[in-house]
Amino acid sequence: MATSLSPNTADSVAEAARPKPISLAQDIWRRFKRHRLALIGMVILIVIVVGVIIGPWLWTVPINEIDFGSRLKPPSAAHPFGTDDLGQDLLARMLYGGRISMAVGIAAMLIAIVVGTIVGSIAGMSRGIVDTALMWMTDLFLSLPQLPLLLLIIYLFRDSLKKIVGPEVGVFVMVVVVIGGFRWMPVARLVRAQFLSLREKEFVEAARALGASRTRQVARHILPNALGPVIVAGTIDVAAAIIAESTLSFLGLGFPPDIPTWGRMLFDAKDYLDIAPYWALFPGMLIFLTVLSINYIGDGLRDALDPRRVLG
Amino acid sequence: MNEQNIRGLIEEVREGKLARRDFMTKMVSLGLAAPLAGHLLLNAGIAQAQTPSAYKATKRGGGGALKVLWWQGATLLNPHFATGTKDQDGSRVFYEPLASWDKDGNLTANLAAEIPSATNGGLSKDGKTVIWKLKRGVTWHDGKPFTSADVVFNWEYASDPATSAVTIGSYKEMKVEAVDSHTVKITFNKVTPFWATPFVGVQGMIIPKHLFEAYKGAKSREAPNNLKPVGTGPYKFTDFTPGDMVRGAINTTYHQANKPFFDTFEMKGGGDAVSAARAVLQTGEYDFAWNLQVEDEILVKLEVGGKGKVVVIPSGDIEFIQCNFTDPNVEVDGERSSIKTKHPVLTDPAVRQALSLLIDRASVQQFIYGRAGVATANFVNNPPRLRSTANKPEFNVDKAIAVLEAAGWKKGSDGTREKGGKKLKFVYQTSVNQPRQKTQAIVKQACQKAGIDVELKAVTGAVFFSSDEGNPDTYTKLYADLQMYTTTMNAPDAEIFMNQFCSWEFATKANKWQGRNSTRWSNPEYDKAFRAAEGELDPVKRAALYIKMNDMVVQDHAVIPVVSRPRARGANLKLRFSESGWDSDFWALQDWYREA
Repeated sequence: MATSLSPNTADSVAEAARPKPISLAQDIWRRFKRHRLALIGMVILIVIVVGVIIGPWLWTVPINEIDFGSRLKPPSAAHPFGTDDLGQDLLARMLYGGRISMAVGIAAMLIAIVVGTIVGSIAGMSRGIVDTALMWMTDLFLSLPQLPLLLLIIYLFRDSLKKIVGPEVGVFVMVVVVIGGFRWMPVARLVRAQFLSLREKEFVEAARALGASRTRQVARHILPNALGPVIVAGTIDVAAAIIAESTLSFLGLGFPPDIPTWGRMLFDAKDYLDIAPYWALFPGMLIFLTVLSINYIGDGLRDALDPRRVLG
Repeated sequence: MNEQNIRGLIEEVREGKLARRDFMTKMVSLGLAAPLAGHLLLNAGIAQAQTPSAYKATKRGGGGALKVLWWQGATLLNPHFATGTKDQDGSRVFYEPLASWDKDGNLTANLAAEIPSATNGGLSKDGKTVIWKLKRGVTWHDGKPFTSADVVFNWEYASDPATSAVTIGSYKEMKVEAVDSHTVKITFNKVTPFWATPFVGVQGMIIPKHLFEAYKGAKSREAPNNLKPVGTGPYKFTDFTPGDMVRGAINTTYHQANKPFFDTFEMKGGGDAVSAARAVLQTGEYDFAWNLQVEDEILVKLEVGGKGKVVVIPSGDIEFIQCNFTDPNVEVDGERSSIKTKHPVLTDPAVRQALSLLIDRASVQQFIYGRAGVATANFVNNPPRLRSTANKPEFNVDKAIAVLEAAGWKKGSDGTREKGGKKLKFVYQTSVNQPRQKTQAIVKQACQKAGIDVELKAVTGAVFFSSDEGNPDTYTKLYADLQMYTTTMNAPDAEIFMNQFCSWEFATKANKWQGRNSTRWSNPEYDKAFRAAEGELDPVKRAALYIKMNDMVVQDHAVIPVVSRPRARGANLKLRFSESGWDSDFWALQDWYREA
């Protein structure tokens, strides 16, 4: 019988011919994998992150044990990264400092991205006065002299914050908020520019025609397409935050001087470059590796997230 | 050696049997500060030996630029408001006192025609009046003549409490009058053995009456010339950026023939001690660098560069830790650390004693300061035998623990000692400076072992040492429990050095934190001893009083001395200058020259 051809069979044939459907995440991963440097960057970053998280449990030498008997010792079995001029073990300090530096970097980046995306998308979606006002605010923040303002904020809030959450957490919150709070403007501008172009695109019009609400348009259609540049900006921010933290420490406004962040260790070591180069080398190298791998990851993510990019 | 012997020796000098220099050496080896020894002779009517000037240039100018590095830049250029060495030094380029102190503690005339002595009638027998004869023919940079009216004006200006001058201490309780156009008579309210305080050294720079007259009193801070000095010094003011740069040009009408040697003067501020050391010792970019508070290890390495050398100048300067006797966490009438409050923990002598036992001074000296720091338990240190022998530096964690236990400070659950709900927890601040941060780390570690929790704080030097009333982090405010810095002994007599523990010197909001007592420690007996020393004409008894005062402060652990600090300066190998541990680095700036 003519109709005996089972529709099931036909379906299964068609299914076999079609590639297996993959999710967005899988697609991104597939694209990301092709970016070799990004992949290497991710491996290095994971090693560093895992290292600073579990390292202090494995390497239990105290970070502030002063031992003049073994000062400025080059790397050895007892001190794999050597010691500083107070005889403190550099590996232990690197691991501890890494936690702070990474936490500061990532938390500050998150703040910058969240604030920037919110401001940028509101500005991008609304026309007229709200957009203008928000962009004025962004320009205002961009034109503010950052350092004097940082000093002001820190003087105003340092003591009250310290009283509430204690010196280390207080400084952490403040440093993160201050660094993040001054880095959202480029993100906001990027997001707004993306929104302005995307919201006029046909697929958004189609969604609108189908009756998608404004929130849905933004959340499902525009934002995912605008995220590429944001992620790249975010990765750059991590690096900038790690460096900004060391600037604040240098001015005596960051963490207390005995807390070994990477930036501070580098600062401490700079005078000993010709006597104990390894002292500066390790923190310097780790900042370099972290920043570079994050940048490559960002690069890879941008490629992976760009829907218009055709895989070669 | 008793009083009689000393008097005998003085007679020998007078008769010429004993060389002046030998007398000085003898006295110094006995433990008298060189200036004090010099004073013995002066009071006995024997003229001061003038240090022969080593100046070899034969004409004025032609030396090019003199570039010096002060890693704490001057913030204002009025000597009467200078709170730190940087401001004093910046002012000293343009202003001069009547006389300065050389390295042996002798007075050298600047704007004075001669140094007052009993022989020339300058000093009265009762120790109450001093007559200064001024040099004639001296003009201010703007061409106006320098006369006794200017000198008298400086006294009026600085002694007026409304001016709130930092130098007020040097000008109080005396009357200054002009005898004629070039003679000034100082009449002290009481017997004043150390008469060379007003108009001498860093506290004694003279500002011109015609420019500051309108700004005496409450308007003092508004004077435009606070930032644009017009003085009598070897260099004329060209421009000034507070905290960054002081520039001057040769004063072609300088009152000493053939001086100065350099055509322009540049004093760069900012940066840090290590880059300053590098710029002078290794690259030779600058001719002179102030205060090389750098680990000796690094200095030795930089000297190999062969462009400059480190000059270590003996002085009475001391790096010390101050205990705050008032509560930095309570605000009373708009100021913290108000004298109306009491520190909840540091007022307990046992705690301060324990802290003193927890400072590993030997290691600080050996591993950090090297040539530029000598471990000490005394506040007054120079020369060695003026040092009180009653105090020895001691580092003993176990003993500190025992002291705390005995005083009832028991370990709490978190390992920090506490008593009656109060924890042994301190904020310990200092300026951003590597040796200081390392000292902080060493102290913190020892404190931890003894159950004291220390939070370290480092404030950038430009803020910490600034005279800014609005900033909470300045050292004069001391809004922390402990703080560490170096106090300089500018006058070669301990009088001004020791007034920082007098009750009338409290740094408060009322005096814009210009008072010198920032620990706010006080002791009526100390005040009494200080007053007694002020009026003691006999230098030997006077010295004994200072030793007693030193012991009071140190044995009560109001401050905890760490290392005595000979001054370490960096100088180009070709630069010729005379150093002095008793005055500003620029005390003889007119004599600086460069050898070909």
